[in-house]
Amino acid sequence: MNWKLAFNIAVTHLVSKRRQSIIAMLGVTFGISMFIIMISFMTGVNQFTEDMAMDNTPHVRIYKPIELEDKKIISIDNPEKGNDWHVLLHQRPKNELPKIKNGMMLMQQIESMPEVLGVAPQISSQVFFNNGPVQIPGTINGIDVKKQKELFALDKKMDYGDLDDLLKGGDVIIIGKGLAKKTNVTLGDRVSVTTPEGNNLTLKIVGIFSYGIVSMDESRCYATLATVQKILGKDPSYVTDLNIKLKDIDGARAFAANLANQLPEAHVEDWETANASLLAGTAIRNIMTFVVCATLLVVAGFGIYNIMNMNIVNKMKDIAILKATGFQGNDITGIFLLQSLMIGVAGALLGLVIGFFISYLLSITPFPAGEFFRIKTFPVNFNPMHYLTGVMFGFLTTLFAGYFPSKRASKIDPVSIIRG
Amino acid sequence: MTILKADGIVKYFTEPEKFKVLKGVSFEVAKGEFLSIIGKSGCGKSTLLYILSTMDTDYEGNLEIKGENLRGKTQNELAAFRGENLGFVFQFHYLLPEFTALQNVMMPAMKLGKYSNEEIEHRAIEKLKLVGMDEYARKHASKLSGGQQQRVAIARALVNDPAIIMGDEPTGNLDKANSIKVFDILSQLAHDNNQTIITVTHDPDFANGSDRIIEMEDGNIIGTHFPKQGAKQL
Repeated sequence: MNWKLAFNIAVTHLVSKRRQSIIAMLGVTFGISMFIIMISFMTGVNQFTEDMAMDNTPHVRIYKPIELEDKKIISIDNPEKGNDWHVLLHQRPKNELPKIKNGMMLMQQIESMPEVLGVAPQISSQVFFNNGPVQIPGTINGIDVKKQKELFALDKKMDYGDLDDLLKGGDVIIIGKGLAKKTNVTLGDRVSVTTPEGNNLTLKIVGIFSYGIVSMDESRCYATLATVQKILGKDPSYVTDLNIKLKDIDGARAFAANLANQLPEAHVEDWETANASLLAGTAIRNIMTFVVCATLLVVAGFGIYNIMNMNIVNKMKDIAILKATGFQGNDITGIFLLQSLMIGVAGALLGLVIGFFISYLLSITPFPAGEFFRIKTFPVNFNPMHYLTGVMFGFLTTLFAGYFPSKRASKIDPVSIIRG
Repeated sequence: MTILKADGIVKYFTEPEKFKVLKGVSFEVAKGEFLSIIGKSGCGKSTLLYILSTMDTDYEGNLEIKGENLRGKTQNELAAFRGENLGFVFQFHYLLPEFTALQNVMMPAMKLGKYSNEEIEHRAIEKLKLVGMDEYARKHASKLSGGQQQRVAIARALVNDPAIIMGDEPTGNLDKANSIKVFDILSQLAHDNNQTIITVTHDPDFANGSDRIIEMEDGNIIGTHFPKQGAKQL
């Protein structure tokens, strides 16, 4: 069939019914621009909450959990036989150091695996902070400053001071914003840290950080590995956690399962398991976004369907004439399908522009998030994929909406129209 | 030379109830002949014309045009056949109102795709000259008067140089002066270009000017007249 001729006829029809064409186009424009705004904002929010949690979350974490010893000492000399059972009441957890065996060597091994971006060692311990007579519970984390910066972007979370100051002297610490407020300390002040075992050390505050997550900002502080080893009275090989960042976050579950097989004595946990509730929230928001967007596009599609149907009723005589002068059924389908697609593509492109513009306005609108959130404007995600999806959706919707009326047009019997 | 041969054409209408409109019509048309079909309203003459035009395929009997049997061809094959061999002029001129007179005339030729666009335009202007409408070529169809539109419609019917031109009351909606113009064009085509003209008409002057008149009543042919050979005038 002659597409160029069909295209010319389609364009002439659209231009001569300018108002109707524009209204049909605006239906698509509205649908697509709302789609862009909704999806940009929703994924922006998802990205923001995910980043807030994920910046700080290792993809895979290796630690030594406190657990009950399954083997009973009495079983060593008197193994259970037949119906003889050993029953132990009120068993206590084994007093075992939460240390990962050969932590530093293990770290180097894991770091050399191809999937791994990096491994940051950490020592975590419960401590009490004292500034005056009141004891405030919290946790101290001994970190490798360089790796923490590279893998977890801790330097980006600093409100006051510099993360690198941790390396510039002994007995220095950075503490969370909430904790600083509770203990009423600022940069340069000293705070006394007491471990559950009773060890005590006075540390100087060189920085204050905030994650925007209250529970973390009110209890955490960071020092170097050496400082924490010193407080706890442990040797330099003492590490309680290995925090792994992978190149591909989606491979975390498989990687963790694989690693767990090789490390029977430690516990390996992937981020998906650790953040199940966060992921559920994200999934629900995504579903909502897609349902709303799909509805908008279906409504726009029905608009086009209606207008195309009306258009074809108006053009009955023309269709009969075209058929009488040698146009075949698929020529007629082509003419009306092209009209529908032109409406759809033009509407979708305009929708993208308007959607982008409103998303941009939203992204510079101040967002009163409170002092804990590290965010000043609405989070908006400008992902080119969304724009591509928008055009594809617009194209497909109009293709569908235009197809059935066009098919109907091709079946019009010219005799019944020309005879009147 | 016979160009069109209808053999025992029978046609039923099923709405509102089954009714035999054509009761076995047979006739032949020679190349270059100017034929008029007349009869009272409801005698089946228009129905016959639309069967001859290949647009109505729901009939019994045989139809041959240019030696080609048209029974059992698909709608698309028939559309292609129409485009190449048949031209139509209707009572209500039916130009595409969004397009200019020239574009209207060019359209069937562009569909046929036999010539380049420049050549189609050249031919279309030739045909418009033939019907005296070349100075209105760039005007929109909707801006033309009824008579002018009918002449453009004739130019459109001619653009592919069809063997047969069919008209369903081509002068039915025109005043005397325009009717005469249209008649002159059609009769010139038959005698100078050797193209066959088949028209259904109510206009006795128009019919008397043609080579042969077929008179119909109640789905049958009841008479054939040759007005130029001194036969009875209608």
